[in-house]
Amino acid sequence: MSSDDTPHFSERAGLGHRTINFLHSNPTIIPLLVLLIGLAVFSAIVGKRFFHPFNLSLVLQQVTVIGMLALAQTLIILTAGIDLSVGAIMVLSSIAMGQMALTLGLPPEIALIGGILVGAGCGALNGLLITWLRLPPFIVTLGTWSIFNAIVQFWSGGQTIRQQEIQADAAILQWTGTAMQFGAWRLTIGSVLMLGLAAFLWYMLNRTAYGRHVYAVGNDPEAARLSGIRTRRVLFSAYLLAGLICGLAGWVLIGRIGAVSPLGGGSANLDSITAVVIGGTSLFGGRGSILGTLIGALIVGFFRNGLALAGLDVLWQEFSIGCLIIMAVGFDQWLRRISN
Amino acid sequence: MSGPAPDAAGRLPILAARDLRKAYGRVVAMDGADFDLYPGEILGVIGDNGAGKSSMIAALAGAVRPDSGEIWLNGQEVRFANPMDARAKGIETVFQTLAMAPALTIVDNLFLGREYRKPGLRGRMFRALDRGRMRAEARRHLSELGLATIQNIDQVVETLSGGQRQGVAVARACAFGSRVIILDEPTAALGVKESRKVLDLILDVRRRGISVVLISHNMPHVFEIADRVHIHRLGRRIAQVSPAQISMSDAVAIMTGAMAPPQVSI
Repeated sequence: MSSDDTPHFSERAGLGHRTINFLHSNPTIIPLLVLLIGLAVFSAIVGKRFFHPFNLSLVLQQVTVIGMLALAQTLIILTAGIDLSVGAIMVLSSIAMGQMALTLGLPPEIALIGGILVGAGCGALNGLLITWLRLPPFIVTLGTWSIFNAIVQFWSGGQTIRQQEIQADAAILQWTGTAMQFGAWRLTIGSVLMLGLAAFLWYMLNRTAYGRHVYAVGNDPEAARLSGIRTRRVLFSAYLLAGLICGLAGWVLIGRIGAVSPLGGGSANLDSITAVVIGGTSLFGGRGSILGTLIGALIVGFFRNGLALAGLDVLWQEFSIGCLIIMAVGFDQWLRRISN
Repeated sequence: MSGPAPDAAGRLPILAARDLRKAYGRVVAMDGADFDLYPGEILGVIGDNGAGKSSMIAALAGAVRPDSGEIWLNGQEVRFANPMDARAKGIETVFQTLAMAPALTIVDNLFLGREYRKPGLRGRMFRALDRGRMRAEARRHLSELGLATIQNIDQVVETLSGGQRQGVAVARACAFGSRVIILDEPTAALGVKESRKVLDLILDVRRRGISVVLISHNMPHVFEIADRVHIHRLGRRIAQVSPAQISMSDAVAIMTGAMAPPQVSI
């Protein structure tokens, strides 16, 4: 349609512009490239062992817990927030499950649901402080991180509930650690849960109005408000849902380590942010994807695994992950700058 | 009061306001402001910075609640609690910031806050968006406004030029059966060529029977496309002039108080 009386806006064309547009609409392409290049390099160095199903299964198990927290973190970071308390919520939920089942003597199923609800409650507390009192998410979750940790120590008495006790009285709490064997592949229930959750979140974020609102609130809260979106409700629900996911992660954590330990989530907060950022999600909100976070978690997992198999010191794992974070954020900044 | 009276030609205003007042502490933003917009016209609104144009427009758009005064839409008195209220009654505002999320696609932005859900169980139970329908409608709205050169409606808004963004924002305002569109400084951030296109776009909107309020600091733009010009000064309307009968410099003189407003307002 190009009659003379209608205005025309010429398309900004050219290879550079098309590339930028492509990167904008496919934000997972860069993390995917990093993952593939990483895989190629490590298999060249390490050899056959790297691609052995046993090793790949191991990496998937290692990234399951952090992957789950990273899914919760993605939701929060998409709203331009941050949740420093995800690891603490996860540990608190697992302690709640263990204590309710074994100390309070509740039926294990009730303890399980109770623990997940504790996670949701923690998320709701974060959400309330952020939307009601309008405090910055960084400060709120830094504070609740401390509070949740204190409750963890208080409730557990600093004691680990051992594997045998759980096995005897509340085996359902360890169910997520159950492995299914497919030939040389081992897939735990926890990993399946994590992947299922990722699929659910992908659907929610990309195929429902709520998901688009999460992106809009993170990208431009004022625009979202003027479009009739109740931004505070969206924010609150994101923190609530993230808490719920952390509660589920607490269950997966018990399955992974077998026991209920108050020391389980030391670096989990930062690891979850690392996976999200390396997966191409912008810390400024509104930009990123669930698929990217899965890839980000896998990149971290494969780098650690590959460098370990290559016989390098553990320090080099930390070093390379640090470089990846800075490159990922640098790329995001660059993309934002050239598009404005 | 029984509402605004018809003008000399017997037309009733589609949107009118009488004696709007609003004070922020000791600052008086609206001091008995009147407003009239007739069907199918482009009304230019000019006034110095701080004259209270924005407050009046915000009241008409539902973004600000006046302390007192009346707003009439199609002969009925209305009260807007928020912009969504005004929008539901057919008054769309294109804010200067455009109120678009730059990282979302054109389709996402067009339907932001008003998404269509799939019919049946998939929509009700699983809340699935009807993306096919939204894309088809988005394409239709854009080509109706001659914006068909935007090929890819799944493009993110930040990759569009300033004029294209303005175009998408106007398309969004037109898309939902609105009767009045308020445009706040639509050409302020644009170059000469892109401004030209946006002005043509506004003429297109009027051709579709929608009344347009154009707030602008750019006198040549206002005088080129407006049917009437509302001059605002010190919190109220001091004159309504026809751009054909008054020069731009006289309008500026009235606006700044250097010249007395004409006795006969149109």
